[in-house]
Amino acid sequence: MSTDHILEMRDITKRFPGVIALQDVNLSVRAGEIHAICGENGAGKSTLMKILSGVYPHGTYEGEIVLSGEPVEFRGIRDSERHGVVIIHQELALSPFLSIAENIFLGNEQAERGVVDWNKTNSEAAKLLARVGLDERPDTKIVDIGVGKQQLVEIAKALSKEVKLLILDEPTAALNDEDSAHLLGLIRSLKEHGITSIIISHKLNEIEAVADTTTIIRDGKTIETLEMHGDDAVTEERIIRGMVGRSLDNRFPDHVSTIGEEVLRIEEWTVHHPIDQARKVVDNASIDVRRGEIVGIAGLMGAGRTELAMSLFGRSYGARISGRAFKDGKQVELRNVGAAIRHGIAYATEDRKRFGLNLIDTIQHNVSASALGKLARWGVVDRTAEEKVAEQYRRDLNIKTPTVSALVGKLSGGNQQKVVLSKWIYADPDVLILDEPTRGIDVGAKYEIYTIINRLADEGKGVIVISSELPELIGICDRIYALSQGRVTGEVARADATQERLMQYMTMEKDVTPR
Amino acid sequence: MTTDLNPAPAAPPGAQARVPLGQRMAGLGGNARQYGIFGALVVIVLLFQVLTDGKLLLANNVAALFQQNAYVMILAIGMVMVIVAGHIDLSVGSVVAFVGGIVAVSMRDMGLPWLVAVLLGLAVGGVVGAWQGYWVAYVGIPAFIVTLAGMLIFRGLALVIVGETVAGLPSQFIAISKGSLPNFLGYANNMDVVTILIGVLAIGAIVVSQVRARRSLRKHELYVEPVGLFATKLALVAIGIGVLTVILSFSAGGTPTVLVIVGVLIVAYTFLMGRTVFGRHIYAIGGNRLAASLSGVDTRRVDFWIFVNMGVLAGAAAIVTTARAGAAIASAGQNFELDAIAACFIGGAAVTGGIGRISGAIVGALIMGVLNMGLSILSVDPSWQMAIKGLVLLFAVAFDLINKRRAGTR
Repeated sequence: MSTDHILEMRDITKRFPGVIALQDVNLSVRAGEIHAICGENGAGKSTLMKILSGVYPHGTYEGEIVLSGEPVEFRGIRDSERHGVVIIHQELALSPFLSIAENIFLGNEQAERGVVDWNKTNSEAAKLLARVGLDERPDTKIVDIGVGKQQLVEIAKALSKEVKLLILDEPTAALNDEDSAHLLGLIRSLKEHGITSIIISHKLNEIEAVADTTTIIRDGKTIETLEMHGDDAVTEERIIRGMVGRSLDNRFPDHVSTIGEEVLRIEEWTVHHPIDQARKVVDNASIDVRRGEIVGIAGLMGAGRTELAMSLFGRSYGARISGRAFKDGKQVELRNVGAAIRHGIAYATEDRKRFGLNLIDTIQHNVSASALGKLARWGVVDRTAEEKVAEQYRRDLNIKTPTVSALVGKLSGGNQQKVVLSKWIYADPDVLILDEPTRGIDVGAKYEIYTIINRLADEGKGVIVISSELPELIGICDRIYALSQGRVTGEVARADATQERLMQYMTMEKDVTPR
Repeated sequence: MTTDLNPAPAAPPGAQARVPLGQRMAGLGGNARQYGIFGALVVIVLLFQVLTDGKLLLANNVAALFQQNAYVMILAIGMVMVIVAGHIDLSVGSVVAFVGGIVAVSMRDMGLPWLVAVLLGLAVGGVVGAWQGYWVAYVGIPAFIVTLAGMLIFRGLALVIVGETVAGLPSQFIAISKGSLPNFLGYANNMDVVTILIGVLAIGAIVVSQVRARRSLRKHELYVEPVGLFATKLALVAIGIGVLTVILSFSAGGTPTVLVIVGVLIVAYTFLMGRTVFGRHIYAIGGNRLAASLSGVDTRRVDFWIFVNMGVLAGAAAIVTTARAGAAIASAGQNFELDAIAACFIGGAAVTGGIGRISGAIVGALIMGVLNMGLSILSVDPSWQMAIKGLVLLFAVAFDLINKRRAGTR
């Protein structure tokens, strides 16, 4: 074997009851490179990384792991960390009420005879924070810093373990553009210090920007390994082709909307922060949507997109909410979620695991959750009818599952999102607000979700799509509102929409507005 | 990927039956665990049957088993709902003493007819539940705190009302716990005919309802379990009820009245939890409170009524306990909350909420009851009995966890 490879995983096969998650997967990572792993959700990327980091210990899989030329058999995470392999999971593993320094040295306390040396802890932590470029005091509590900074703390923690091979699972999924850029820059500078990184990401532009090599996994098998800076530059389209096994010339389905009467309008909608009640989170916003129309809402993090949607959806967010809402031209009061649903408004959350699904319950129970009344007489649920409904959506929306009695927690992200959509489509709303409907979903499933959105519009529903991905908004919406600091700063028709123009509105500061 | 999966998208729903058994079982994880608990009960019964030289399943002992443990089963029904919703209720033991005191005083000192006193007891239980439900649901204080306070409040009030003991209660009232169904059909071969009749009716009702449910599934082309498995399950249930019926029919009184009460509650609450919108909302709240609330479930109202219901059932347990003791005692109901909570967890309820069944809680209560009775027959020191029960609780939950871990999560 060549010695410049820091890691070789050979013929890795991992079986779960009834499923082969990985089959003869090979992965070779050169020392000092940034190696990206791409694949649709459920392709087996995370499983592979769990094997590499010892989460699935030696003996639970077949195949061989060779680290710096030595075959290794990890029995657990501590074992892999001793060999300099550190994984940072998508869901950060920090303890919120401990300080940055305490978190960095959690499990590796700077102690002598069991007594922690706090001065050493804090000074070592400060050095690590400087290395990752995080300007925070080491005694700051984790709850008091944002997700972007928490991600940096995780990396500092990895550095404290003298990491040689750093694995990052979707590191920028929860970050805004600025934090993402900083993080990617940091990964590059770590590379200059000889640290090899493996990065799993759905954001292909980021992979294009930082990766030296990309390995594509599909259906539990290695498809190909691409040299990113070879003779032919590898494009996003090239990676997508490998991931889905075909070329996706058109990432958005063709669609011409038939736009009808106005179905929902809000005027002068103002929402205050639930704790800091002096702060306006949504400020005097007015928007409308017509039947058959797909309306986008663009905005940077903190612009108040989700807050606008949730405050409208039965006052699920915020305090001191004022403004008027009109449904089919008539003013309505949406005091709680029940009232919003009765008035034909539905909201599919951006955070489906926290707010959207009961992961420990079955698909059929999740699908019926918001419209159980339709399946019940005298408070008794017709379970046969319920199962039929779930079956129908399984087929219509192509939810990949052996049975609708399967637990939702076992499904992949794209299929979970389809369950969320099924739930709200079954509630048969007139207005459907979709908050980041394609977040964390692979390219193929995204296309399916767009098709579903188009179908809903064709049925005469008004659809509002909130998204951080501007190409997505431009690709599917008839009209796009831009939000900045809680205010509607612009409204752009599809024909005039460009990323530059939207970004201009989205970054419009308060004092320069012409209002 | 197994080849069976390939035709899945195009196949009609009836063809799902071809899905590999392993995956199907994964979807039925909850059920598989339920079978385990039933198995554990059978094993424990057989174990003590051997250890006690057959004394455990003597007719009068079986009747006494239900009479002694009716209170745990009644409380466990309410408690499993509380636990599934992600709460806990530590106050039920004190509420039992408090309501028992009110019922006894209302009969002895105020001369209320026993039936009115019983209804009063249920109503007072409901009011107590509403009090606690208000603080939990509408003020947002964790149930642990509210019911810990309730534990002190109602124990204190019980002492105020009862003093030490209120005795001299009407015999019809005492018969609720000590009596049996009247034997108006006489005996056949020494067997109480009323008991046999009830057993036969119960078996018949179960078979008919299961067959009808199966027929409905088939009519709608939904998945039905293989006929062999279905028949085996039905046969086992029928045999279980049959054996119990025959044993009870030889007992001194026939069917204990409390068994009928508990039986009716089990059927009613199994239906409530499994088939009604309210039951579904309880599971939805326990599984993910935020998601339930954003699906339009009025979580506060559901929480409130769960506690009202728990209060009413605590009232029922108070009546059964007071009737059995023949008197209201200020120290009655001590540790009842722990018995009920233990029954739920032995029966497979999840500490984090969202998972748990009435049948599991009942079986959990029976496991504790059989242990109590078996150890008593063996004249094991009560202190040791307590320690053994603690270990059983620990091992039952540990076994469950290990099983779950072995099943593997991806």
